[in-house]
Amino acid sequence: MEPLTWFGAYGSSFAPLLMVLITLAVVCGLCAALLAFTNSSPATSFSLFNGIAVLFLLLVGFSYVYSGLSGAEGGGMAPSKLGWFLATIAGLGVFAAMLARFMGTFFDDPAAFAGTIFKWAIYGVGAVVALWLLVTLVWQNAAHKEWLAGLDPAAMPAAEEISQNEAVSRLHSRGIMASIFVRFTPVWISLIVLFAVSIQFKRRLGLYGKLFDSVIGMIGFGLVMFWVFTAVYVGLFDWIATHPPLEQVSGMKNKVPGTPLRGATAEQYPFYLLGGDPLARDIFSRMVEGSVIVIRIAPMATLFAFMVGITLGLPAGYYGGKLDTFLSFLANLILAFPVILLFYLLVTPEIVLTGLPQYMALVLFLFPLIFFGVLINSRFRTQPQKNYMWLAIVLIPLFLVYASAINDPGANSKIRFWPLDFFDIPGGILVVFVSVVFVNSPTVFRIVRGLALDIQTRDYVAAAQTRGERPWYIMLWEILPNARGPLIVDFCLRIGYTTILLGTLGFFGLGLPPESPDWGSTINEGRKLLSIYPHPALPPAFALLTLVLGLNLLADGLREESLKD
Amino acid sequence: MGLFILRRLGVMLLTALCLTFVVFFLTNLYPNLEKLAKTQGNMRMTDEQVENWLSNRGYLQPLPVKYAEWLGVAPGFVHTNAEGEVTGRCIRPGVEPEKAPTYCGVLQGDWGYSTVFKEPVTQIISIRLALTAKLMLWVMLLMVPAALAIGVLAGMREGSRTDRTLSTVSITTTATPEYVSGVIFIALLASSRFGLSPLLAEWGLIEGKTLFKGTATSAMESANFENFFLPVLTIALYGMGYIARMTRASMAEVMTAQYIRTARLKGVSFRNIVMKHALRNALIAPFTVIMLQIPWLLNGVVIVETLFNYKGFGWTLVQAAGNNDIELLLAVSVVSVVVVLITQLISDIGYVFLNPRIRIS
Repeated sequence: MEPLTWFGAYGSSFAPLLMVLITLAVVCGLCAALLAFTNSSPATSFSLFNGIAVLFLLLVGFSYVYSGLSGAEGGGMAPSKLGWFLATIAGLGVFAAMLARFMGTFFDDPAAFAGTIFKWAIYGVGAVVALWLLVTLVWQNAAHKEWLAGLDPAAMPAAEEISQNEAVSRLHSRGIMASIFVRFTPVWISLIVLFAVSIQFKRRLGLYGKLFDSVIGMIGFGLVMFWVFTAVYVGLFDWIATHPPLEQVSGMKNKVPGTPLRGATAEQYPFYLLGGDPLARDIFSRMVEGSVIVIRIAPMATLFAFMVGITLGLPAGYYGGKLDTFLSFLANLILAFPVILLFYLLVTPEIVLTGLPQYMALVLFLFPLIFFGVLINSRFRTQPQKNYMWLAIVLIPLFLVYASAINDPGANSKIRFWPLDFFDIPGGILVVFVSVVFVNSPTVFRIVRGLALDIQTRDYVAAAQTRGERPWYIMLWEILPNARGPLIVDFCLRIGYTTILLGTLGFFGLGLPPESPDWGSTINEGRKLLSIYPHPALPPAFALLTLVLGLNLLADGLREESLKD
Repeated sequence: MGLFILRRLGVMLLTALCLTFVVFFLTNLYPNLEKLAKTQGNMRMTDEQVENWLSNRGYLQPLPVKYAEWLGVAPGFVHTNAEGEVTGRCIRPGVEPEKAPTYCGVLQGDWGYSTVFKEPVTQIISIRLALTAKLMLWVMLLMVPAALAIGVLAGMREGSRTDRTLSTVSITTTATPEYVSGVIFIALLASSRFGLSPLLAEWGLIEGKTLFKGTATSAMESANFENFFLPVLTIALYGMGYIARMTRASMAEVMTAQYIRTARLKGVSFRNIVMKHALRNALIAPFTVIMLQIPWLLNGVVIVETLFNYKGFGWTLVQAAGNNDIELLLAVSVVSVVVVLITQLISDIGYVFLNPRIRIS
């Protein structure tokens, strides 16, 4: 069987066009950046030099494209005649149109001129990619139909062979990129539905709705939700991955992306879309499986860190004095540790044996209970009936979860007193979770303490004190709601940071078992032969990068929008 | 001022003591000691042999006693075996037992003996720290000017296209941890089969097979652009975004100040406003950020030194922690906590000198 190409059967027609547009975008983007830096006020300081520089860069860019195209070979990037024709027409047309349209502005403001071309080139890239996807998906069966038509009607092969051929030839027409796109179909549908609904009702959705006013925020949210949906569909329905994450297929060790499986059965996906890793497992499947681990641990761990940080930070900031000095000293002590040293000390199989993670879980997991208990009690203190009801509704389920989380019936477990053990957290996951919470809490503590110090000087706090409210009511129902803006922004950032920490743990082979498909471990595995086989390490690296980038952009968008009111 | 520094030094000492005690406690947990015995002695030792091995070397004494020995306030452990040979904490290989000192701890300037490298800890730390200092120096030289330039250019005109582009760039760099950017750089620039290098080699633009080297081991003796640039860039990039964003925020704030508007109305050119009026005030906040960034860089150093196989301080930390080398690990943590606290101190003091409006009361 032929290996898959990156862009499939129709890629060669679009590749030259795409290359031209990308080169145009890069060159013009560079020009725009250069010009924006060099002249401070464009109308007065036009220099001939700038104009010549732009033209020169443009010429170099174009000549690069054409010399590059003539030497291109294989991999679906070889230009066909149609592609050449399209590229030349489009390139010249775009250039002529731009010149005609912006001739006037060019000599006034070359930076804006280059910026406009950059913008349109980016749009062009998007349009070409969309067009290519459309063409590929519409005509993906063409090769198969041709094969069917060419068969001798007297000697038709078995139905099984026909369907096998159909599947394989469809994948060949799609290529790697479009096949991956198709694998993610449920994610795309969910994203489109989510965005459509959210944009429709954005005025009624508060801060979340405002997010859809900022492009940056929307991009970030899209990236984050992409991975969230992926994790949900992979984790719950087993949809997107093409192979089981631990399945090893002989002969697939370190194979490049698009390699066909030898002797694939009818149920098996016949290709490794992103190639095989050093243990002959499918990299694509491991990458999407990795998202499940991250999405399961990172937000949860961050939430726990926030519970700890808020429960300790509010009194430290509000009361001040000895309590503050003591807690701040503790926080600074933990922060003074290099994170990696702490991980090396806490996240080892030997430490799991001592039961230390379980004891730490015993303490750290208690904070949500304390938080909610105090939260409810401070609110309904004067209405005992309501108070007890809410306390029971919230605390009993929480306690059951808490008791199940810290208890483990295993042989080496130190805590196993509770008979109603609903679920067990494997020792490896527990120690990772606990240490990530432990590392994150002091920073949250410092932020909350700072916010509490700032907000307690406000008039409404003084008013509440005059009213005779209890300190905990003021902290949790006056100060905390007013600190929510910065806290939400920091929550997003901190999930990203937690993801980075999880990756760091995996990178050093700590905590999670070595065959685990999480991104850090896969990067660690792939880096050993990095300069010879770069393909195993790159997909998880990009996955981690996009998720963290998404969270950062989301936080940026939220900050911008929350500052507006 | 003197009192302030004195108090900070006291806190520093207390922090270092607490921290080393925590490290001491964690490394002296029995499973860790067992691992140490098995890696140093024999993987197939029975439980009894492990216990013997440990008690002969003084590892089974009570924790406070061991800690006091390490500090040098209690006499070092001495053991006489059945043949009458005397071994002990303070008796180094090649030293007569009678001539060995009674106390050998940090207070005596003796940081102990590494079980992994079979060398005195002081020697290892000084060599490795020098290597890392070289790395950090280049990181700083690359990171600080680049970050300040990006921040100032972005904050000069808040909300402009330049600003948005550069802000996105700096967000991207903060979202790229070292192990991701390092892997991408090696794959793109240092692989002989993938990325830029084969292309450049084919065109005859580079002499060797790859543009950069994927390992920095040779940079320990002679660092050059080829073998040292990628590790430096990898560390610098992650820290750069944060400093750039702080600089941008501070620059943007300064640019809205009254005295800038006055200068503008007076007819001072934009370039002069930025260079002469805004820049100095805008650089106060980034100074503290840069100082506080140094401990963060330590993490990056550990990752990058492991990734590029550069045997510096971070690499030593990984070796010591991975092999439960107690005394080396303690020295490593002392050094890192001192670095953290000193940079905090410098940033506080520097802030006062740079900003005359703030006085320590």
